[in-house]
Amino acid sequence: MRIELEKRPQVSKLFGLLSPLLALALALIAGIIMFAVMGKDPVEALDAFFVEPLLEVWSLHELAIKAGPLILIAVGLCLCYRSNNWNIGAEGQFTMGAIAGSFIPIVFTDWHSPVILPLMLIAGAVGGALYAAIPALLKAHFNTNEILTSLMLVYIAQLFLDWLSRGPWRDPQGHNFPQSIDFPPEAVLPAIWEDSGRAHWGIVFAVVAAILAWFIMKYTLKGFEISVLGQSARAGRFAGFSSRKMVWFAFLVSGALSGLAGISEVSGSIGHLQPAISPGYGFTAIIVAFLARLNPLGAILSGLVLALTYLGGEAAQLSPGISAKAASVFQGLLLFFVLSCDTLIYYKIRVVWSRVRGGAA
Amino acid sequence: MSVFEAILLTIITASTPLVIAGLGELVVERSGVLNLGVEGMVIIGAVAAFVGAQISGSPYVGLLTGIVGGALFSLLFGFLTLTLVTNQVATGLALTILGLGLSGMIGEGYVSVPGVQLHEIVFPLLSDIPFLGPVLFRQDLTFYLSIALLVGVNWFLFRSRAGLKLRAVGDSHGSAHALGIDVIRTRYLAVMFGGACAGLAGAQLSLVYTPQWVENMSAGRGWVTLALVVFASWRPMRVMAGGYLFGAVTILQFHAQGFGVGIPSQFLSMLPYASTIVVLVIISQNRRATLINTPASLGKAFVPER
Repeated sequence: MRIELEKRPQVSKLFGLLSPLLALALALIAGIIMFAVMGKDPVEALDAFFVEPLLEVWSLHELAIKAGPLILIAVGLCLCYRSNNWNIGAEGQFTMGAIAGSFIPIVFTDWHSPVILPLMLIAGAVGGALYAAIPALLKAHFNTNEILTSLMLVYIAQLFLDWLSRGPWRDPQGHNFPQSIDFPPEAVLPAIWEDSGRAHWGIVFAVVAAILAWFIMKYTLKGFEISVLGQSARAGRFAGFSSRKMVWFAFLVSGALSGLAGISEVSGSIGHLQPAISPGYGFTAIIVAFLARLNPLGAILSGLVLALTYLGGEAAQLSPGISAKAASVFQGLLLFFVLSCDTLIYYKIRVVWSRVRGGAA
Repeated sequence: MSVFEAILLTIITASTPLVIAGLGELVVERSGVLNLGVEGMVIIGAVAAFVGAQISGSPYVGLLTGIVGGALFSLLFGFLTLTLVTNQVATGLALTILGLGLSGMIGEGYVSVPGVQLHEIVFPLLSDIPFLGPVLFRQDLTFYLSIALLVGVNWFLFRSRAGLKLRAVGDSHGSAHALGIDVIRTRYLAVMFGGACAGLAGAQLSLVYTPQWVENMSAGRGWVTLALVVFASWRPMRVMAGGYLFGAVTILQFHAQGFGVGIPSQFLSMLPYASTIVVLVIISQNRRATLINTPASLGKAFVPER
């Protein structure tokens, strides 16, 4: 048996729309098999994982809390990957954004003013952008592989946060917990609908960013430049576009969005700085971006889907026999299926059973 | 044993997995495939080796399950990128994300279970040579395997016909295909070899370096490995040298912490990652040397015309 690919004369619009859905369906089937192998009733497990979290209002708020950072980061990654800049370090930019924004309430404890929160958000975005500027600088001017540098910077950012929250920024009255002081009320990102749950403005930032990015991609010269340089740096040069400037643009935008996500998470849902502030949002957002087929608007939907896997993982911990790790396995599987299904957009897949070459006869 | 000897021994133990995984990835990249999933394959190898050793009671069976685990896991990457021609960068990331999740799930029941350690093989007489003896002739099997791999990969790539074909595939898959070389099969074999090496490197981590299972215990070593191959500009000997350099940085950082250097431990722990970045920058400065050695088809998909 052999699998042969045949290039489609035209890119399939149908599969362009269908492929993410197909990937989701396949990942669900793989999930069912996985649960069955673990000796768990698949229906019950899927229900606990993917249905129950959607049935209560407070739980929908939690979904929005988790989807916010995922969407926000993924929107930036969409622009990045479209332009062929492989920023893998969003997790580090998220962390540095959180640190840069938290600086204000932690250091200026006596300062009470309504401008604190906007300043924190700006500082967060700037912090993330500056951190992303390191791999951008190294790529644009020293020709250094951005995948590796941005990734190494993740470990450095996490260690830096660890040091801050155990060392200089640790709350002396914090009963020895490695965390900073709790942010004062004016430094907390407010909830949207206070009465029904915790969801804060982070999700709104995410949706706005997605719409803006979509508009830029679709209707502006910058968007055109991103696509051209992403498809062929050579063609871009002929059109007079600078791929060096694009490196900066892509990294600064995605870094800023990741940083904004970081400070929103810390001030909106955690309320202080601590050694671990992200359940891998920066990496999961890569899956969000690909599931969205690198379309910022699509990232809203796919961000919600992956947020659901986090909620499912948390819910699963309560029901015996299902591993919380199943969530991350499911996320990985999903990315695999997304990538495979995208092949259908460009190729027809034929399974050849005989040993003789398909086209020879 | 002197302190210096002891430090040297720990450096060797810390460097061996980097060298092994690095040599594997070097062969993969020489065939024109960029597999960014080393981190995922290493961690799968680590958990497979640990579980294999637990079930069988033998570290050698563990070593084997690690190798097989890594190779089988790399097949996933091979199928996607070679048969379905998906983007290699994205697929490599997927492999890492899946590997970290899957290993966590498999290893869940093995956290804080005492491990089965792979002990050193002592060569009689030779190991009594002062200094050189303990360093070279009182090591565990993985160290000897890393040396054998270095010699083997060097010979294979530059002295054998099959190695010539593999390099041809990596440098120009179109021409290689025209010459009748089966590009896809060559790449499948290379990817699986890389997976097996990464699996072995992972096995070293969970059987020798720290004989236990800790979630995410690969701690970025797979990524450092990728940097190492760039650093080595796709030359086996330099992978070895680079591996030992990174190993030394990692270990000296620990010793600096132990000696109570007045720098917070977190900053010392950053050193291996920071030095990776610095080294990458220095290497990529020399654009000409990098371009000459980079396999020309690296990262490009091949679809045979039919």
